[in-house]
Order: sequence, then structure tokens, then C-alpha cells
Amino acid sequence: MKPSTRLSAAFCKPNPALVCFLTAGDSDTAANLDALVEGGADVIELGMPFTDPMADGPAIQNANIRALGNGTTTAQVFAIAASFRERHPDVPLVLMGYANPMVRRGSEWFAAQCKAAGIDGVICVDIPPEEDEALGPALRAAGIAPIRLATPTTDAKRLPAVIEGSEGFLYYVSVAGITGKQQAAQTSIEEAVARLKAATDLPVAVGFGIRTPEQAGAVAKVADGVVVGSALVELCAKHGADAPKAIRELTASLAEAVHSAR
Amino acid sequence: MASQPNTYRNQPDERGHFGDYGGRYVAETLMPLVLDLEREYRKAQADPEFKREFDDLLEHYVGRPSPLYFAERLTEAVGGAQIWFKRDELNHTGAHKINNCIGQILLAIRMGKTRIIAETGAGQHGVATATVCARFGLPCVIYMGATDVARQQPNVFRMKLLGAEVVPVTSGRATLKDAMNEGLRDWVANVHDTFYIIGTAAGPHPYPELVRDFQSVIGKEARVQMQDRIGRLPDLLVAAIGGGSNALGLFHPFLDDPDVKMLGVEAAGHGLDGSEHAASLLGGFPGVLHGNRTYLLQDEDGQITEGHSISAGLDYPGIGPEHAWLKDTGRVEYTAVTDEEALEAFQLLCRTEGIIPALEPSHAIAAVAKRAKEMPKDSIILANLCGRGDKDIFTVAERLGVEM
Repeated sequence: MKPSTRLSAAFCKPNPALVCFLTAGDSDTAANLDALVEGGADVIELGMPFTDPMADGPAIQNANIRALGNGTTTAQVFAIAASFRERHPDVPLVLMGYANPMVRRGSEWFAAQCKAAGIDGVICVDIPPEEDEALGPALRAAGIAPIRLATPTTDAKRLPAVIEGSEGFLYYVSVAGITGKQQAAQTSIEEAVARLKAATDLPVAVGFGIRTPEQAGAVAKVADGVVVGSALVELCAKHGADAPKAIRELTASLAEAVHSAR
Repeated sequence: MASQPNTYRNQPDERGHFGDYGGRYVAETLMPLVLDLEREYRKAQADPEFKREFDDLLEHYVGRPSPLYFAERLTEAVGGAQIWFKRDELNHTGAHKINNCIGQILLAIRMGKTRIIAETGAGQHGVATATVCARFGLPCVIYMGATDVARQQPNVFRMKLLGAEVVPVTSGRATLKDAMNEGLRDWVANVHDTFYIIGTAAGPHPYPELVRDFQSVIGKEARVQMQDRIGRLPDLLVAAIGGGSNALGLFHPFLDDPDVKMLGVEAAGHGLDGSEHAASLLGGFPGVLHGNRTYLLQDEDGQITEGHSISAGLDYPGIGPEHAWLKDTGRVEYTAVTDEEALEAFQLLCRTEGIIPALEPSHAIAAVAKRAKEMPKDSIILANLCGRGDKDIFTVAERLGVEM
């Protein structure tokens, strides 16, 4: 299946999509990713570990440290993605991370590796639209969706620039802050999603601070997708080699809440 | 090498790029703030009242202009070119850092911000930030790596005396870059009321430009003072480089004087052959970190590696993007000096001139001593003595095997 097809198919289902994040190289990533799929995740976000994850809270910071401490290389991140793609030909897979590991060997090299590994989209935290040429053109040429972030500080004047050149889905960062901390008020999420959906046809997924099935279900009433990261990453830290079972259970309860929200 | 521009003084471009470097590589949450800051800075630049207030504080609070000093006995001891110093170690708080902090806090106040944050390594920028926050009555949070908190206790206490909250950062290796990550995390969560005073000419545009502009008072004064004292410009400018703000402050006003050569001195730590150094330009590769594209210490996968230097102020794995551009254009030459050489230069200046320099400018002094020998006696070297050494006496004593 083509990358664009896999991502759009995930958001074309009648129910909202559950997007689940784990850091590559943190405990047995392959088994943990399989647990996400078995639990009912619709889109997988694979974190590329980085020494300086400045948009992340303690849970994902520590996952980065564990992954790098395990000796995780860029080559291994792509190997994890490629083997996931073999096992799950139809589940969309998105890489999320920071600019430096992505551009280290050149954006064309990175885009080609993504394509070869069966990655559908890339979220880069620290490349805003103003610096798009650092990565965007290479990704688009390779058929990989550059997925942009919109935030509570993205005003009406900026929003068109954020949407322009964004593909796959629009990721709404629901709080001005770092991952895994406070959750935004439901009303502010509802207003923001309405504002974004009025400006674009792209599906809108909401993330940051969503940890429980109750929260996920509430957000899924208005959003096309719900992103959960830190709560899953914490299970890797807590359970180590036994994490798949806990991850499968949490994912299943999140999926039920998200899929039945509307 | 990039093509030679007509002027070296019109960087960055409107997107904040210095050639291939600089830019605004920040999370979307921060983009609107960074754009706001740029708008406010342009307005401040056009406002004579801003300049008047900045100049007034530099004169009466910081103690500028700083003296231009002919180091006669050092010149004699080294043998060769005349060695002159721009005495920025005589500023209030003992280093050049305060120049920038004055400018940024005035911008923060113009923007209606009510809370200040900053990162610090050795503690000099933290002390300077805490100082201006006390002066203007704004609450201040300083992020400092836990490792640095432990080895820079006197500066931690200074910041607390000045009313700042010092937050030890334990993530990563608990040094300057981790403190900067934590500063960015705070900023992203407190965008509505908080101003981030970045300590060096790095970070997202417009920081590299505005820090350079605020520090350029060093070079502007030095130009006038040189003309007054000896009727000509120096042949060579020398300054130490961590992030690079004191060097840019000295160099920038001279960049279009073709007869003035410039030498930036990085920290070679235990030597450039191994990994125990902090020389981003001579031992690193271009990449993206902390809001800008520049030379970084990093591995083949783009993971950032830790710098090492005896001087905590040079111990950062990046460098201001304008230096990256000046290196590629060839306008400024860059070299590196080891811990050992800096320690020798530190002692040499103490004994020949009665000045205890910080370990940062001790790197510049070591490079000056090498170059002066190779230059004729009628040539002039001007080095920036950007900080005083009181903060470093414990480190130096330890390295010299002295119990205190």
C-alpha cells in the first residue's frame, strides 16, 4: 500500500483514530509495537531517540536516555520500522523526532531511508514552516508526508502557513508546554479543533497530556485522532521486558474509548 | 569556501540566516514568540529612547566605556607585537555578559513580560541575569546543570543573594546544554508572561543578531579608543569563543576593515585529537540544535556529544551561527588552545600585569602569546579580556595541586 493511502485510510474509518507513540530502542520495541497494533492502535508514532529532546517531559526524556543508553543508532531505528512494516503491511507508521538526527546525513538520505523502511510520515518538532526547506522538499519528493504541528499559540495569521505543505494529518498540540504533563480543558480543545477544521481538510489529531481512556474518549468526540505517548512510554519504564501485556491492555481500553466516542 | 560578500556586516538575512547557518529551528509553540521578539526588536532599534536608556545604563550601572589597556610587561615578556586589552572584566558583575542582559531586559519590559528565565553554565550569565532582574524588580529563574551547580557554588550563592531562583537540572549530563533544554521547556510552558534571556549569540533568530548588537559596544568603543590612543586600528583582534558573544562584540564593528585580522580561540580541552574538547568549529560538523543551524559537537547519527574544557564558560557543544558563517567565508580565523596552555596564560597574566583573568579569556591570552612572537614589534594585537578570574581560583588551585 502507498504511504499516503495508508495514512488517509486510517482517518477514513467511521470512527476516530487512536495514534500511539513509543520511543524506538526503549526495551523490546518490536514486541511493544505489536502490542499497540493488537490493542487496536490505528496509527503508530515511532520516536527517534535524541540526546536533547527539548519539547518532551520527563517520561519521554527518560525513554530517549534509555534508548540511547541501549546503543540505539539511526540504522536500528530504520530497521525497527522496516521489520514493523513487514509484519504489519497496512498499519500507518509515522516517525517523530528532532531535526538534527534527521538532517545529519542530508535530507535526501533521510527521506530515502524512510521510504525504504515503509514509513508513511514524519513529524519533526523543531522544523517550523519557516525552515521547511531543511527537510520538507526531500520528504515530499519521496512520497513521505511531512506532518506539521499546530499549537495554542498558532494564531489565525500563522495557521495558513502551517497548513500549507502539511500532509497526512495535522497534529494539534493541545497545551503550550511539554509532553506528558497537564491536559488542556475540553472546551479549549473543542474550540481549537473547530478552528483548525474550518481551515483545512486534513484530519486533525490531538495530543499532549492525554493519558486515560476517559480523556481520550472526550477528545475523540471532536477530533479525528487522539495521540497518547507518555502514558505508554511509562509502561516500558515500569515493566521492561513484560511491557507488551500492559501496553496491549492500556491500548485496548484507549481504543475502545476512542472508537466508540461518536 | 563561500563567495566573498561586499560587506560582512549586513547579516543575517530577513529569515535570520547567516549564509547556511542560523534560522529559527524551534517548536511551533515558540514560533509566534520568536516573531514577536523580532518585531519588538526592530521597533526598539528605531526608537531613540531605547538607545538612550541602554547607553545610560551601560555608562552609569555597568561602568562603560571599559578601559583600553596597553599590557606593557606582558608585551615585554612575550617579545613581539604590542599587546592591548579591552578591559571588559572591569564591568559590573565582572564580565561582558551584563551588556547583553541590559539590552534584553529592556526588550522584555517593552514587551510587557513579567518573568525572566535564563540558562547558565559557569554562572556568569546567570549572575548577570539575576543582577538586571534585581535592578528592574522582575522575578527570575535560572536553570543550571546540577554538575555545574556543584562546581560553581560561589556563583550559585551570588544568584540567590540577588533574589533569583536557581533550579539544578539533572537531565542528560546535567551541564549547560541540558540547562538550555530545560530553559526552552519552561519557556514553551509559560509563553504568555515569560522572557528568555539567552546568554550568547546563539539560539533562534533574532537572538544571535540582538546579542551581537548589544555586545558590539565592545568593538565600537575599542575602535574609537584605538584611534584616540595610537591613531590607527589594530592589526589583529583576538577573543575566546564558547558560544561566541564576546568575540562577535569585539569583531563585528571591524569586519569591514580589511587590514584588521581576527582570531577566534576555541577550547581544545585535553586536545583536538580526542573527544575531550569544546571546539565546535574545529572539531564539529554543521547541524541543528537549540533553535539554530550551526557547527555542533555530534556523532555520526547527529547525537550531541558533551564538550570538555577547564573553563565551564566554553564548555558548550555549539557555537553562534555567525561564527559558523565567518569561518566558512574565511573572514575570521579560528584556532584552539588546550587546558594546559590556558592555565599557563592565566598565570602569566597574573604575574606580568597584576590582572587575574577568567579561564575563558586565558584561552585568548594563550593564543595572543603565540601570535605576538611571530609579529613585528610595531604591530598591534587587541584581545578581549572578557571576564575576571575570581570565580575560577578554586578550579585553578585544584589543577595546580594547591589545597584551599
